[in-house]
Amino acid sequence: MKTAASSPRPMSPSLMTRIGAPISVMIAGALALLIVGCALMASWIAPYDPTDLASFELINAELPPAFTAEGDSHFLLGTDNQGRDLLSAMLYGARVSIAIGGGAVLVAATLGVILGLLAGYFGGKVDAVIMRIADVILSFPTILLALLVSGIARALFPGAATAEWAPVILICAIAIHEWVQYARTVRAATMVETAKDYVRAAKVIGLPPSRIMLRHILPNVMSPVLVIATINLAAAVLTEATLSFLGVGMPPTYPSLGTLIRIGNEFVFSGIWWIALFPALTLVILVLAVNIVGDWLRDRFNPKLRVKR
Amino acid sequence: MLKVLLSRLGQAALVMLVVSAISFVMFRFVGDPVSSMSRENASVEEKAELRRSLGLDQPVVVQYGRFLARTLSGDLGISYRNQRPVTQLIAERLPATLELVLVATILSLALGIPLGVLCALKPNGVAARLVQAFSLIGISTPTFVTGIVLILVFAVSLGWLPSFGRGQVVDLGWWSTGFLTLSGLKALILPGITLALYQLTLIMRLVRAEMIDVLSSDYIRFARARGLPRRYIHFHLALRNALMPVITVTGLQIGSLIAFAIVTETVFQWPGMGLLFIQAVSFVDIPVMAAYLLFVGLLFVLINTVVDILYAVVDPRLRARSA
Repeated sequence: MKTAASSPRPMSPSLMTRIGAPISVMIAGALALLIVGCALMASWIAPYDPTDLASFELINAELPPAFTAEGDSHFLLGTDNQGRDLLSAMLYGARVSIAIGGGAVLVAATLGVILGLLAGYFGGKVDAVIMRIADVILSFPTILLALLVSGIARALFPGAATAEWAPVILICAIAIHEWVQYARTVRAATMVETAKDYVRAAKVIGLPPSRIMLRHILPNVMSPVLVIATINLAAAVLTEATLSFLGVGMPPTYPSLGTLIRIGNEFVFSGIWWIALFPALTLVILVLAVNIVGDWLRDRFNPKLRVKR
Repeated sequence: MLKVLLSRLGQAALVMLVVSAISFVMFRFVGDPVSSMSRENASVEEKAELRRSLGLDQPVVVQYGRFLARTLSGDLGISYRNQRPVTQLIAERLPATLELVLVATILSLALGIPLGVLCALKPNGVAARLVQAFSLIGISTPTFVTGIVLILVFAVSLGWLPSFGRGQVVDLGWWSTGFLTLSGLKALILPGITLALYQLTLIMRLVRAEMIDVLSSDYIRFARARGLPRRYIHFHLALRNALMPVITVTGLQIGSLIAFAIVTETVFQWPGMGLLFIQAVSFVDIPVMAAYLLFVGLLFVLINTVVDILYAVVDPRLRARSA
């Protein structure tokens, strides 16, 4: 529901013709790369180190952006409530968001591909058990499962450990729902491949199932996985931001974009708009760009693919 | 027919059993109920006594059985944080969430269906392209950002609408409603729009896809060939058939909306179940979390089962396939 993936059938005509020309896709791709690139190089290009608590000066707190009347030229996009340079915090925050989103996609894809291969190759009871679990998981929305997982994790690692383990908890919380998509797609593709002659031949010459699955079937079922992964990345970044916004994600000492928006939200009423607005804008542009590229990739490489939630 | 009914009910019972087991495991093993319920300076004997009185010294299966029995009788334990029965807390918060979800559903249908039809009838028109572009931006904007922007514009800058709470509510028995007062209705506007936007894109895309599908079917071509008026073809013949799946999806989505209302309720400090749940998560209030899970799980299973059974009643083909 949050991504293009929720569309009940493949998008037709392709996004290229819907929005205009492939130029829009190229711009989106460039924007996505720019944000990801800046985020990855945060430690070099950020003017300040937002994780270094000693560098904040409370006297600099809540300074408006440099281009406004009361702005300070040292802080291009202003400062947050603790005197932290907002631009630096955003660069580091985007890095955290992308790392967690990417991590969640990686975990979900790995788990989903393995379970999908097993279900599709062995069929029978293995298939029934895996797909039943998938059905139960699918009947709950991502956000609810993710909140439950982080709630349980909070109880298991009380106090400071929660903050320390936050990225891992978030990755697990998001991946626990998202693997189902991969598993379903890979299962269907694997069932088709398993019936083909090359797999039957491999079985006849006595290769072990693990080798047949990984070396023979996997390369042939991977392409839809990559497309789902792109679209999923946008959704994962959004889920992470939502969890952090709700206060169960990244702690304020090591903020992601969602945490920054949460901090900013507390100051919106006092007319301090920049702390919430700039991170929100970055988040929306990043997700929009990834969604556009993902949509296009899906239409371009696999017109028949139906992404199921 | 009876067979279908039984198998669906069996499935539903299975899912509920799984959900209740998860919620029991949370209750029992996540965090120690004894240390969260006893006084800070309680002695070892006092703790052991509490453990016995809570039945925590019994075998796990017995405990699970008791948990199920208690749950079925409506006793979901006592909130660690509020020190009040969880069932009572949820019953208090339920009307707020359901009214919000109702408003959001109506709004998203009222906007989503016309926009979807517009996109299907003139897929290459300027309006349709604009709508499509907006829908792409819509799915890329997280709900809480939409909420904050709406608050910034309509509550902080313009000061037209309240930004938090339910306004004045009227109690009708145990149900407190915001529909009967002006401030209650005003308070519903911003959260309602925020939650509806999440649903709007989905409905719009679904209507568009279904309409395009129906418009290319034979009976519409014959209707056109007969020279029936366009308006009649589009809205009387095509839209009616395109709306069937929309109604189903809207129904199925009500569960999701209730869960997703967590975000909207947090932004607008809406005193519903979602806010209760998110506070429970931050304060590790396990009974409330477990109860919310059970409640939402039950809601999902109920909706899914009812839709499945209705399908079997309406469509004989499905009956044959599953029997």
